This record gives sequence, C-alpha cells and structure tokens, in this order.
Amino acid sequence: MTKKHSKLEAINLDAYYGDFHALKGINIAMEEKAVTAFIGPSGCGKSTFLRTLNRMNDYIDGFRIEGQVLLDGRDIYAADVRVDELRKEVGMVFQKPNPFPKSIFENVVYGLKIQGIKDKNVLQEACEKSLQHAALWNEVKDKLDKSALALSGGQQQRLCIARALAIQPSVILMDEPASALDPISTAKIEDLIHELKKDYTIVIVTHNMQQAGRVSDHTAFFYMGELVEYSKTKTMFTSPKDTRTQNYITGRFG
Amino acid sequence: MTNSEKNRLKDKAFQVFGVFCTLIGLVVLAIFLIDIVIEGIGRIDWDFLTSLPSRRAASAGILTAWAGTLWILVLSAVIAFPLGIAAGVYLEEYAKKTKLSNFLEINIANLAGVPSIIYGLLGLELFVRMMNLGGVLLAGALTLSLLILPIVIVTTRESIKAVPRTIRDGSFALGASKWQTVWHQVLPASFGGILTGVILALSRAVGEAAPLIVIGALAYVPFVPKSPMDEFTVLPIQIFNWTSRPQAAFLTNAAAAIIILLLITFLLNGIAVYLRHRQQKKIKW
Repeated sequence: MTKKHSKLEAINLDAYYGDFHALKGINIAMEEKAVTAFIGPSGCGKSTFLRTLNRMNDYIDGFRIEGQVLLDGRDIYAADVRVDELRKEVGMVFQKPNPFPKSIFENVVYGLKIQGIKDKNVLQEACEKSLQHAALWNEVKDKLDKSALALSGGQQQRLCIARALAIQPSVILMDEPASALDPISTAKIEDLIHELKKDYTIVIVTHNMQQAGRVSDHTAFFYMGELVEYSKTKTMFTSPKDTRTQNYITGRFG
Repeated sequence: MTNSEKNRLKDKAFQVFGVFCTLIGLVVLAIFLIDIVIEGIGRIDWDFLTSLPSRRAASAGILTAWAGTLWILVLSAVIAFPLGIAAGVYLEEYAKKTKLSNFLEINIANLAGVPSIIYGLLGLELFVRMMNLGGVLLAGALTLSLLILPIVIVTTRESIKAVPRTIRDGSFALGASKWQTVWHQVLPASFGGILTGVILALSRAVGEAAPLIVIGALAYVPFVPKSPMDEFTVLPIQIFNWTSRPQAAFLTNAAAAIIILLLITFLLNGIAVYLRHRQQKKIKW
C-alpha cells in the first residue's frame, strides 16, 4: 500500500462542531485509483471526515478543523485554495439521490455550464461520455430533455454520479450512495464503483459491511471520532487487530 | 351516558360549532357581494369604464381611477419585487446568524403588521416632502412598496427555505459558488412561491386608500396619468369619495366601482392560486 501514490492524506486532523470534538487526531493516507471505505456506527465521524475532504462542512456554522488535509500533497485548507477549484478535483455523490429539478441533459452539464462552457457540441459530448461512464446512457439517451425527477431512484443516483464525472474530477467521494436504493440498483452502483476505480480515486462511506467488503480495497474503521483501524479490506474482515473493530464487524454493536 | 357516548356527543357539538363559525364569514361576504352586485351591476357599461369623473353621477366614470390603480400596481411591483427578493435572498442565504440579523428578522415580521396609514405618514414625510416629489404616482407607488416589502421578504424567505438542503449541496459539490447556486437552483425552484406572495401582496396594495390619501392623492383628477410624475387617483379613493356623497346615484356608482375593484383583486388572487398549483405539480422533491 505504500508503493502506489497516496492521493488524499489527513495529518493530525481534528474537527469541531462548536464545542463538540467530532474528529480526533486522524492520520490516514488514501491510495490513488483504489476504493477506500469508511465504516463505523452512526455518529462516529465517518461522514464528517468525508465532507472535510471537499470542504462541504465549510457552510456549517461553528465548524472548524485543525491539522491538514492534503490532495496530491497540497493542503486543501490553505488560504490560497479556491473551494470551487477544489471541488472540480474532488466530486461528491450523496446519500439520497439529489438530481436538480431540470432535464437529464441540464443535470449532467450543470458543472460545466457554471464554469462558463457554452459550446453546444462540447456539452453534448461531455453529456454522452459521462452518462456512458455512469452506465446510464442506454437507458436515457432518447429522453435527455425529460425531467430528471421522472427517473427511478437508482437511475437518479447514477445520474448524480454522471453529473460528478462530467467535470472530470480525480477523486469521487460517496456518502452511503446506495443506502436509499433497492438491491438491484445497489448492485448496479457497486458494479459501477468497480469500473470507476480504474480511473478515479474513490472514497465511500457505508453502513453496510458486506458492501464495504465487496467494493473496497482498504477499509477504515471509525469509532467515537477516532480512526481505530485502517488496513486492507481483506485483512480487516479476516483478522481485525482492535477488539472494537472486531466487535463492530461481527455485529456485536452498531 | 357512558364516557364514549359523551365524547361522541362533544365531537358532534364541536363539528356543528365549527360549521357555524365557517359559515359566518362566508355568509356575511356573500350578503355583501350580492348586495353590491344588485346595486351596481346595472351601472357598469363601456361609458362607465371610459369616462372621466364628473359632478353629475350619471355621466361620471372611473377611467382615471382604474388607470391610476393600474399604474400604482405596475410601479409598486417593479419597485418591491427586486428589493424584496434581494433582501429575502440575503437574509436566508448570506446573512450570518448574529444578534443583528435576528433583530432585523423580528422587525421585518413586525413591519408586516404596521397599520397602512402609518406608511402613508412615512411616505408623506419621506417621498412627498423630503424628496420633494409631491402627491404623484411615484410617491404613491414608493409608499405602497414600503407597505408590501415586508410581505414580499417574508414570502421570499419561506419559499427559499422550502428548497431542500440536498439541492444546494449538489450544486456546491459541483463547484458552484453561492451566487451560482442561488441563481441557477434556489431561485428557479422557489420562483413560483415568491411570485404567489408578491401577487397576494399587490392585491392588498390595490385595495389601500388611506396611505394614498395621506400622501395627497386626489379624489378628482380630470385626466389619465401619463407618467409616474403625474397626479393620480385610485379606485378605493374614488369609491370612498362617492360613498361620502348624499345623492343615491353616487352610491350606485360606488357599488359599480367596487365590483371592478373586486374583479381586479379576484383576478390577481386567481393568478396566484394558478401559479401555486402549477408549481406544486411541477416540482416534487
């Protein structure tokens, strides 16, 4: 795991919501073009940590961090970093599919349009490529101008992935991307994650341990704001070092 | 009588009481409407709509009054719409939750309850005297804009609040700035609600006579206003003027003018209901 380049790295990271100490001294390095899963019981800080990786917590009153988060070795909380530039590099998919109340086409090209790209051909090409990449093209190619809200939940989530891919990020953060979906849609999302890791660094938060086992290369177990254990997924699920990890993955709590 | 029988009886009694309370308002309104329509409907014809005011009831018309009302309506909308929306967006999306913003919020809610004649006095001092506009359309429209601004701000905030957090998150995560998120996502999604609020606020403004009388709108204007700097009258003032005359024929005129005013108000409310309905059908989160 040291041979490959580490794409994202947290160094002595602490995070607070007001007085609440949400993340405690997190040190972790996430490998490029691999899937890292964050697991842990509700409120353990895994989603908070995921959202510090593209600074989505910036909008929360009273949230602050200490320490560093490095993307390709550069501190994303440095004063000269522009948040919009960072988010072009680090895309995000949310727990509940959140398509905009616009057409499928407009959803996919939204990120490009707000960058000022107006050329119809460029937009159409990006739209097709992204939808194909997200394994949705064949299902929607004849109704790109229809409302995205008419799609099924699973399709909407793949649309949200396509939308994130369109701006060509190198990292994709996924916050329990399949927790609101049925088993078949979930399987499609998991297949997609397998495909995407060839080109992207993927970080996924999940409540579902089987899912972590299926999709991830490395797994990090969070508990009460601490990173308890971080290792290859296989290692963690077969021989966890910490008793808390063992109790959690064997289903004794959480 | 068992307990459950007693409860059922109470239930029934309350139901009857509720129906009674509901009907009181409706019946009074119906009686008023029927009375007005019987009195005034025969008076409405093309001449009534297109004639200038006159000392003789039979030849008096409401051309200047409804033209003035229309002017006021459009001018107030043009002034209050951008100001109110901008203020609402600022308070909801940008303002940090501080003591100052809390203070502002409470006071905006309070302003919505200030009697309209107070706004008239404010308009008289501020627009008519200090800005030296005189009792013209622009002064009237500015005054009524102040009157409806709190309502516009409050409805804008309510509509913006109804846009789910997830939509904003989705936009931010794609690299959009706050302004882009407001412009491309929040405002389009809440526009129907905002427009509904603005129209309802305008339909309130259309019925106001007191603040306009205070700023010096005239009851008798012998010409149709051609610019915002002209003197003017509006339907409610015309109605007020006619009802205070002793001759019965003027009362008939007033009833006819009331019908026209009600039509304008109902039309505005109808548009608001239609917009809200369309909005609810279009967007399901």
